[in-house]
Amino acid sequence: MSIACEFDYAKPDSLSAALRLLAAQPGRVPLAGGTDLVAWLRDGAVSPAFLVDIKGLPELRGIRLKNGRLWLGANTTFAEIIESPLVRKHAPILVEAAGMVASVGVRNRATIGGNICSAVPCCDSGPALLVYEATVHVATRQGAKNIPATKWFLGPRRTALAKGGLAVAISLPVGKHAGAFAKLKRYRGEDLAQASVAVRVDARGEWRVAYGSVAPTPIRGPKVEKVLRGQKNPPVELLQKARPLAEAEVAPITDIRGSEVYRRLMIGIMLERTVELATARLAGRGADYGINVLEEACS
Amino acid sequence: MKEITINLNGAARRVAVAPNETLLDVLRGKLGIKTPKEGCGRGDCGACTVLLDGKVVRSCLILAIEVDGQSVTTLEGVGQQGPTALQQAFVANNAFQCGFCTSGVVLAASALLTEKPQPTEHEVREALAGNLCRCTGYEPIVKTVLDVARKTGRKSAKRRARS
Repeated sequence: MSIACEFDYAKPDSLSAALRLLAAQPGRVPLAGGTDLVAWLRDGAVSPAFLVDIKGLPELRGIRLKNGRLWLGANTTFAEIIESPLVRKHAPILVEAAGMVASVGVRNRATIGGNICSAVPCCDSGPALLVYEATVHVATRQGAKNIPATKWFLGPRRTALAKGGLAVAISLPVGKHAGAFAKLKRYRGEDLAQASVAVRVDARGEWRVAYGSVAPTPIRGPKVEKVLRGQKNPPVELLQKARPLAEAEVAPITDIRGSEVYRRLMIGIMLERTVELATARLAGRGADYGINVLEEACS
Repeated sequence: MKEITINLNGAARRVAVAPNETLLDVLRGKLGIKTPKEGCGRGDCGACTVLLDGKVVRSCLILAIEVDGQSVTTLEGVGQQGPTALQQAFVANNAFQCGFCTSGVVLAASALLTEKPQPTEHEVREALAGNLCRCTGYEPIVKTVLDVARKTGRKSAKRRARS
């Protein structure tokens, strides 16, 4: 037996039934794609009494445009994000990040809702959702709640989701922009991020910057955003000024995937490369979305 | 225990499973399906790859109870009428040595070629990035998949020319 802990299982077919099941007893957790949860069950890192499989809930499915926002059901898989023309058009930075999540076999199963609820510091969707200023739409038995992505991540594996609640959808505002996502890995192919950077720039030269894997949670980079403000085509000197600011506004640790110093220095380089790529894309040049600027030629 | 029904390699199978049994455990331990292997047990190596409703997944990270009513394809279900062109090309190119990764690699490559009959080398490498092989160095595997794609491409071009 590869999973030592024993638990019960149910697969409700409506959101209200799922919320009722989750609230009925302590120790009940939702199961989405399972690519984190089942690995944690096998490790013995978690030992729930009851799994509520949320893959049968129609409320958590679908990708659509509504009131000027792009809505992604929480059960949208990373493979579906990559394949969706709507996401590619309105949230291309998220597509670029989704393409770097693990491998095809995981992307076919792992969901964006699961990714942000697992909330590991290296979560690939985090930086992209932060630069889009996305909103997480949560359902609880007491009612619906909207939580900004900037207030979602509280610590490693800790989120603003109240016990018994469910992330139902993620939405983000649409509008003309460009951006880029870079992920530093120990080798090509699948790996967790040693560090990641997402940047977004709009037609007025307003920049948003976020980092992953270099703090207890994905974080925004306000100092770099300020220095780049208004620059649709930041000059080299400005990028040189931004680089140490990026290095100083992250707080990495040394672990099995990399040292603190290495991560900090690479963040500066990754910031520069992603800003250059985003600048080119904003001007209608630059490689199509879906590359890792650290691995491929990008112009 | 709960009785689930899966369509396994084209035939309906019923099996009683506990909620904490993975699909990999049930395939190997209860259904006599031995081609999916347990490698890392955490979704990294791809040795346990199966197709779930035609999509490449990790059977070590899926609970058997989750797939009730779905269809599962393992290597046993590929080439039931004799080795496929892809399998023959694996042999011709010596694209495996110990064979532990091979079932997963063949399934991942089959799924790729079904979805995208003419993949680029980059697409082949990306599709197989989640299947670790410690023997071949990947070169013969990538060459095999590209060979098969090229041959299929030539055949369909001829067919188009004839019609």
